[in-house]
Amino acid sequence: MSGTIWVLAEHWRGQLSPVTYELLALGREVADALGVPLEAVLLGHGASGLAATLGCADSVLYGDHPALAEPMAQPYAEALAALALENRPAAVLIPLTNVSMGVGPLLAARLGCAGVNFAKDLTVRDGRIEAQCLLYGGKIQACVASAGGTVIEGVWPGARQADQGRSDRVPPVREVQLSLAEPRVRLKQYVDPEAGDVNLAEQEVLVAVGRGIQSQDNLELAENLAAALGGAVCGSRPVIDQGWLPLVRQVGKSGVTVKPKLYIAAGISGAPEHVEGMRDADVIVAINSDPSAPIFEVADYGIVGDALDVLPALAEAVEARKG
Amino acid sequence: MPDPAATRWIVPGFVWLWALALISFSLFGARVARYIGVLRRARPEQRWDRLPRRLWLFAVNVLGQKRLFGETWIGAAHFLIFWSFVFYASSFFWNLLRGMAPILPVPYADEVGPMAFALEAAGVLGLAALAVAALRRYIFTPERLERSRDATLILVLISLVLLSSLAGSGFSALAHPRVWQPVGKAIAGLFASLGADAGHAGAGYLAMWWLHMVTVLGFLAYLPYSKHMHLLASTFGVFFAQLDEGVLPAGTEGASKLEEFTWRELFSGLACAECGRCDRACPAFLSGYPLSPKDLMHEVKLLVRGGGGDGAGLVGAAVKNETIWACVTCAACMERCPVFNEHVPLLVEMRRRLVANGEVDAQLQTALMNLGRYGNSFGQSPRNRTKWVPALGFKPKDARNEAVEYLWLTGDYAAYDPRVQPVTVAAGKVFERAGLNFGILYEAEQNSGNDARRAGEEGLFEVLRDKNLASLEKARFERIVTGDPHTYHALKNEYGRDGAVLHYSELLAQLIASGRLPVSQKLEAVVTYHDGCYLGRYNGVYDPPRRVIEALGARLLEMPRNRATAWCCGAGGGHIWMEDVPGIEERPAERRVREAAATGAAILAVGCPKDMVMFEDASKTAGLEGRLAVRDVMQLAEEATRSNGAN
Amino acid sequence: MNILVLLKMVPDVVEELEIAPDGKSLASDALRMILSESDDHALEQALLLKERHGGVITVVAADGPEVDDALYTAAAKGADRVVKITGLEAGWGTRGLAHAFARVISTLPGLAPFDLILTGTQAIDDLDALVAPSVAYELDLPYVPIVSRVQVDPAAREADVFKEYPGGVRGEFAAPLPAMLGIQSAEKPPRYVPVAKVRAAMKTVKIEPAALATAADGGGPLVYVLAMAKPQASGRAEMLEGAPEEVAAKLCETLASRGLLAGRAA
Repeated sequence: MSGTIWVLAEHWRGQLSPVTYELLALGREVADALGVPLEAVLLGHGASGLAATLGCADSVLYGDHPALAEPMAQPYAEALAALALENRPAAVLIPLTNVSMGVGPLLAARLGCAGVNFAKDLTVRDGRIEAQCLLYGGKIQACVASAGGTVIEGVWPGARQADQGRSDRVPPVREVQLSLAEPRVRLKQYVDPEAGDVNLAEQEVLVAVGRGIQSQDNLELAENLAAALGGAVCGSRPVIDQGWLPLVRQVGKSGVTVKPKLYIAAGISGAPEHVEGMRDADVIVAINSDPSAPIFEVADYGIVGDALDVLPALAEAVEARKG
Repeated sequence: MPDPAATRWIVPGFVWLWALALISFSLFGARVARYIGVLRRARPEQRWDRLPRRLWLFAVNVLGQKRLFGETWIGAAHFLIFWSFVFYASSFFWNLLRGMAPILPVPYADEVGPMAFALEAAGVLGLAALAVAALRRYIFTPERLERSRDATLILVLISLVLLSSLAGSGFSALAHPRVWQPVGKAIAGLFASLGADAGHAGAGYLAMWWLHMVTVLGFLAYLPYSKHMHLLASTFGVFFAQLDEGVLPAGTEGASKLEEFTWRELFSGLACAECGRCDRACPAFLSGYPLSPKDLMHEVKLLVRGGGGDGAGLVGAAVKNETIWACVTCAACMERCPVFNEHVPLLVEMRRRLVANGEVDAQLQTALMNLGRYGNSFGQSPRNRTKWVPALGFKPKDARNEAVEYLWLTGDYAAYDPRVQPVTVAAGKVFERAGLNFGILYEAEQNSGNDARRAGEEGLFEVLRDKNLASLEKARFERIVTGDPHTYHALKNEYGRDGAVLHYSELLAQLIASGRLPVSQKLEAVVTYHDGCYLGRYNGVYDPPRRVIEALGARLLEMPRNRATAWCCGAGGGHIWMEDVPGIEERPAERRVREAAATGAAILAVGCPKDMVMFEDASKTAGLEGRLAVRDVMQLAEEATRSNGAN
Repeated sequence: MNILVLLKMVPDVVEELEIAPDGKSLASDALRMILSESDDHALEQALLLKERHGGVITVVAADGPEVDDALYTAAAKGADRVVKITGLEAGWGTRGLAHAFARVISTLPGLAPFDLILTGTQAIDDLDALVAPSVAYELDLPYVPIVSRVQVDPAAREADVFKEYPGGVRGEFAAPLPAMLGIQSAEKPPRYVPVAKVRAAMKTVKIEPAALATAADGGGPLVYVLAMAKPQASGRAEMLEGAPEEVAAKLCETLASRGLLAGRAA
């Protein structure tokens, strides 16, 4: 076993995802701690140009095949498996994003090796990689290790800062020929969401609502506050699923990633899927009636209370200041 | 006067009478038999029990017309119309029997002096009352009373019945005036002034006699085809009333088609006189929700008249889903209904059908799932039921392990809602102060199921009830006390168990009166009290909270709608869990807090956690914050009974 | 259509989760299990497909606390067959569970040939694997994760599905049947089934046991938990206390001092 640390360089629609750099930063630490090389694995079709910015890694392994033109779980897992059987990495870091969903477990199944999910950090102890995993919606943290052999680590976005993984160095690229089966699942098209009236990514202030808002009627409270602050309303997944807000207002894993100056999360528990979309906001205020809600881990200011009471009080206070 | 039965016109009069009577009674009988046939296809329901009580109900409400006096003028008028009608009906049968059997050695009714006088008096009073009724219906038309063709026809027919009798008396007096016919004599005078004389009397009398009989026979035949079926049905409706007020029948499937309702539920449609009192009392209807209890009764009537029709059923068709969900089960309609119709059970049966079909709005669904899974509608762990205990400063006895005298059930809102928890803490302090031996069930207490039941989820009610009964079985206590009227109603009336159940106000009244809970500092406050539906209308607990408030030293003002006419906060029937209906201008709770503020009181006292929550919210949206405080009677008691300084 | 739905029970996070004395697992006394949320959606999606195309739904779950409830509820909602796998050892994780599913699907009479297998795309306790891709691998099925819409053309033997991407983008995929779909959300929220129907199902529906011959073939769990803990309050958040009006005032002060309330005109 060569003991290399691999990072899957995720890219989609022509761009490398920021999480790729986060994983490179993390992978760098792990590789250095183990005294082994760090290699970025880039899969695609005609995508070798993307390798240039992956210099944080010692080298890039590029696998090209028409079946890899779009990131899809089974062809990617098959390609990685073929490469892994040849190269025998110690660990493969795969981001837990919608784009790469399913690749990790499929790869682990194919290799018959260990797979770890929900990791928010990786540390090395006694020559072994330990994953700090967030389970049960972020309510429990588990320190997890594998019994031995290659381990596939599924890592949440946000484990490191993306900037830590960027580098000016241009890494050497090793291109590998792959022979893959014809994928049975076929991508027909991407469907972009209807343009909404509001572009969340451009907002400086966002008032986000979650399950704690209890009903669509209470959205008004968030809207009043957003209006008072000069911002917009967005929501976590449950609110969009209920149809209280349109898809374009969803923040999180399947929604938008935002970096506003001020993010007020009202009635949002703070499960990783949502946090992923907002943790880079400058100032995060969390309002939740459950003092142990994971959102307080990522917030700068926390209020334990009923969003339905705090939101109007806040709107009033802000308006009072203005007037 | 000539004997109408003997007077010939082609054939003797009695032959005509027989013929007409036969036709009329056949038509009447056929229609009534058809109704009975339809009702027999419906589900059975036992309403023959407790005969003495039923007879008393009949006496008070049919003979005494009690509920009609809720609207005074028409109450008086209807009373007179009713009795005059009863009297005339008796006289009619007298005359009919005599007419059909001329050999009977019996005079006609009006040939008996006192009877003639009574007939005249009843006639005049009846006509006067009819005039009042007509004035009300056509000039001062109340909301939800229709000027229908049916109503007009009836008024005309009854007037004709009375007028023809009086005119007959007039003709009779023209020939043979008697001291028993003062009105007749006056009318005779009128006829005379118009040129009639004793020679016309006989023909006139006969004409009026036949007019009268034909009108009545015609009315009889027409009756079961019109809304005046209520004349017949209402008597039975009252007799077969629900004696266990506010209690719902068991059953999980619900009803939509004719055969799925009970005969008594269908009977409500027939007994309905379309008077509109239910609509005039309904907080949902008056706030603009898509529900009219009167229209509902009408749909049931049509269902029965149509014999079940195309078998489609009411739910989702003649009665829309929104209508079925709009009811807050406050029972104001049933309280007012003079014929004891059962609007709420009908709606709940239809809700059961919607629930069986899974046609439940998302928020209500969540509440029901939470109730089933966690035993509370908040979706919180059962262990959080005692989150309020630390604020009390001591741990109440665990009634699961220790015997207590008072088993204290808090209900969901008093335990989980931060707005109501202070009331619960206050209650704990008061119980301690009064030296009561009390305990709670901690996590074992489940929602009583009362509102799940009224939301149509009967299966869930049964599960919650059974879990609670199991806990009660194991615990040892003498009486139950609760501040939650929904819990109170379920435990007292719907769990099938005996044993005392007290509301906070009842217990407080006892404790204060007996001196066990002395009032240490009288409340300098002006208070108005809201009678929550499940405590007031459903269980008649009106006085204890008032006695308590006065004993605490506060000045009590009454709102215009109080006691049995109290206006619901709008949370019942599962509404506190449902999605808001759009387009409602003023929600019931907002209307109520304005009514409270208008009395001049500074405190709106309540006896129900849901009232507290609804009115606190409403006072904010109505802009009354700071002007009207909402307090539970228990909180007032706690304030007034503190020992100097400490607890 | 022959549809299989795979269900898993996960810890109910409404209850406060406590760590067991061994420091590596959850304390079981206050622990309650609930059907994994996306599995509930998978069942709902299956029911919708059955309403559209007819056919049979078989629900499979592994034995464990409170699973019977979920199975009877599924039956009450319209599942035709409910199967419970017995003999799966605790501690085998999602990997072991997926393997057990694959074994039972391959061997229990009447389950194959199937058209679709639906299961939740992910569960909150999937530490070592995900059910959908792992079963897809063992049964060699085409697989699409994070599915939020399913349309089936039975004649063409194809499913047209939407997979969710970041930013609200969706990818439309065509998968040949039989296929495995990891469901994120059904087209409609999971339907309500009245308690009376579930209780009736408890009396009339038979849960078929499917015993595993061996606990698992793969030779033991491949990952193990060294320690479990509740996340330490990082202390990073400054907690504001008081009544809503008080905290609102405090927060306003703070935000203003950080220049976030630049007095904008209304």
